[in-house]
Amino acid sequence: MKIVATKPQMLTDAHMHYCPGCTHGIVHRLIAEVLEELGKTDNAIGIMPVGCAVFGYNYFKCDMYQAAHGRAPSVASGVRRVVNSDNIIFSYQGDGDLASIGMAETVHACMRGENITVIFINNQIYGMTGGQMAPTTMPGEKATTCIYGRDPKVYGNPVHMSEMLATLTGPAYIERVACFDVPHVRQAKAAIKKAFQIQMEKKGLTFIEVLANCPTNYHMTPLESMNFVKTKGCEFYPLGVYKDITKEENK
Amino acid sequence: MKKLWKGNEAIAEAAVAAGCRYFFGYPITPQNEIPEYMSWRLFEVGGAFIQAESEVSAINMVYGAAGAGARAMTSSSSPGISLKQEGISYIAGADLPCVIVNMMRSGPGLGGIQPAQGDYFQATKGGGHGDYHCIVYAPSTVQEFVDITYRAFDVADEYRNPVMIIGDGMLGQMMESAEIPPMRDLSTLPNKDSWAACGHSDGKQRLINSIRFEADELEAFNDYLFKKYEKIAEKETRYEEYYNDDAEYIFVAYGSVARICKAAVMELRSEGIKAGLIRPITLYPYPSKIINDTAKKPYVKKFITVEMSKGQMVEDVRLAVNGAKPVEFYGRCGGNVMMPADLVKLVKEGK
Amino acid sequence: MKIIISGFGGQGVLSLGKFISYSAIEENLNTSWLPSYGPEMRGGTANCSVIYSAEEIAAPVIDKPDVLIAFNEPSLVKFENSVKEGGVIIINSDIVHLKTTRKDVKFYEIPVDTLASAINKRGANVYMLGVLLPIFKDISEEAAIGAIQHVFENKPKVIPSNIECLKAGIEYMKQRI
Repeated sequence: MKIVATKPQMLTDAHMHYCPGCTHGIVHRLIAEVLEELGKTDNAIGIMPVGCAVFGYNYFKCDMYQAAHGRAPSVASGVRRVVNSDNIIFSYQGDGDLASIGMAETVHACMRGENITVIFINNQIYGMTGGQMAPTTMPGEKATTCIYGRDPKVYGNPVHMSEMLATLTGPAYIERVACFDVPHVRQAKAAIKKAFQIQMEKKGLTFIEVLANCPTNYHMTPLESMNFVKTKGCEFYPLGVYKDITKEENK
Repeated sequence: MKKLWKGNEAIAEAAVAAGCRYFFGYPITPQNEIPEYMSWRLFEVGGAFIQAESEVSAINMVYGAAGAGARAMTSSSSPGISLKQEGISYIAGADLPCVIVNMMRSGPGLGGIQPAQGDYFQATKGGGHGDYHCIVYAPSTVQEFVDITYRAFDVADEYRNPVMIIGDGMLGQMMESAEIPPMRDLSTLPNKDSWAACGHSDGKQRLINSIRFEADELEAFNDYLFKKYEKIAEKETRYEEYYNDDAEYIFVAYGSVARICKAAVMELRSEGIKAGLIRPITLYPYPSKIINDTAKKPYVKKFITVEMSKGQMVEDVRLAVNGAKPVEFYGRCGGNVMMPADLVKLVKEGK
Repeated sequence: MKIIISGFGGQGVLSLGKFISYSAIEENLNTSWLPSYGPEMRGGTANCSVIYSAEEIAAPVIDKPDVLIAFNEPSLVKFENSVKEGGVIIINSDIVHLKTTRKDVKFYEIPVDTLASAINKRGANVYMLGVLLPIFKDISEEAAIGAIQHVFENKPKVIPSNIECLKAGIEYMKQRI
């Protein structure tokens, strides 16, 4: 018998608590696969947020931090000063964590060009607390704190993080990816790998925004939620590379 | 060698001498000399400094650096310390050592920038959410700032507990002669390998975490913390007694105010009035026992708690005295500082 | 010895205080230097309280100074009544044109800017340090020179003219005390 596929060694055997159809599990796996491929499973350090991924430390075998809501980039910056420069550091944050309460920490870690990788899960909703409006909730999209759909005149406008952060000098690489089908999962993995590689070259902050779903709080089946991301999601949040200093360097 | 040191700069250099190599701060008067000093000094000794985007971010950088095993520090003044409370609670919850300095200014709100002691409750009774305590020191001279800062990192490491050093604008801004102890050899600092999350390659995960969703697990952690606090109370409580052998009127005051009380004690004694002072050096753990013991002495007539606030520590004095003797209070606020003459008058009129 | 020095920000009020404290350290005395701080530093009035003593210094705040040095008129008005009976009030008479209302203190009007500028245009506060030494009695000229050398460690060029200012100040006061 030949093993053709296996769970990445970096992931623990713990049963993930994510809802069926949620893409958190996929992204966890992609991070683990990439770190294994790069030979960085041993010395990686992960910073988990407050939100659905709050228990993420149960799933990765490397050293982990659980940070206060929105503060993961600051915790990562503190860790970065202390540990060796070849330790991979990643933060893993949702949209409420990263783009609302932690907006300042996110922007300033980018401004400083911290040599860390930020994995940003944008599912346009507060999942853990039960489906409230997020800073990324799209116009017209419903949430428990905007039950008739987000009206920007009432609730303000959503934020495009990748586009916004790309205007800063500090970040080295910014890409928005999605996980709604196999080609896009592969694309997401390539982006995460590139981000970690750039970190290994100590070129600055890398930021991967993963357009994700939340079937539970969208009140959709997993498939419907994937389709929602593929259509409405990608229309409002176009996928692509928003900043790449390696390209600029090659010019 | 003794040199003239500004309080804030003396703290910074003492921290460096104690092996602190990481400082994260944000500007606020009257503590700016600490981050300013650290911003160049730490790079000289191979450490790092970040001027964070906010106090909230700075304390979380401390969380990261302390979690990775380093001696890390932040400083601020009252409004900024309020912002740090979230992070301090997480640091307590994650069982991490660090040192936090609060050069108190007057409040509430933005308040003023002049000296005050209105953060006593915040410092000693929690400040952030949840059942926890910082170890709180209140030095009263620049030399004592140095000695306590130097020791604070050891105490923080020994108990894996945040240590808060509180002063006020007066102490931070003033200069006095002080001597900095020798630079600690970093190789002699406590080994934190068993818990520090700094990217180990040994296959065993170190986790820096304050989330405990199981009630029993969290209660066990609360019990552990309070056992730790009992041990700290037993071993780390510090105070100074000043002319207490026969004192009938006992001032209780900390920090800069205690010095004003000392001057009042001398003045009163020169006029034949037997005054004395108990100066808590640790505000948590609080030196209740010495106050309680003193209250039982027959010749003690009363206690006068003096603070630059509307009366915060006085509650702990009353608890310690436990009704044995009258406990009076005298306070100034808003950045006003009482003079020794005010206290002399108070005692003479109230006799 | 308890000294209050007060004037406009930028007149060298705080640095004169530091010179006294550094000199006291040279004499192995305890000393404290307590400035007013904050917005006052930027153009308003500034003052500092300096104490030196062979004993432990208790309160760093001063309610009854032995010596008041007023570099502007508001400072004289603000602090003159607090000066200890038999104490000393010195004004910079280049700027202050008031006289003290106190009869129980020694009052010196010294045009310190004019006197110092003949030697060093920025030497007024060191000149004033010299003026103070005969009043203090327990701080030697050598200690004050040590303080000057320490403060100007990184600007050795200005040390000789500052020492000259100091000596001129001492001479000036010796003849008047």
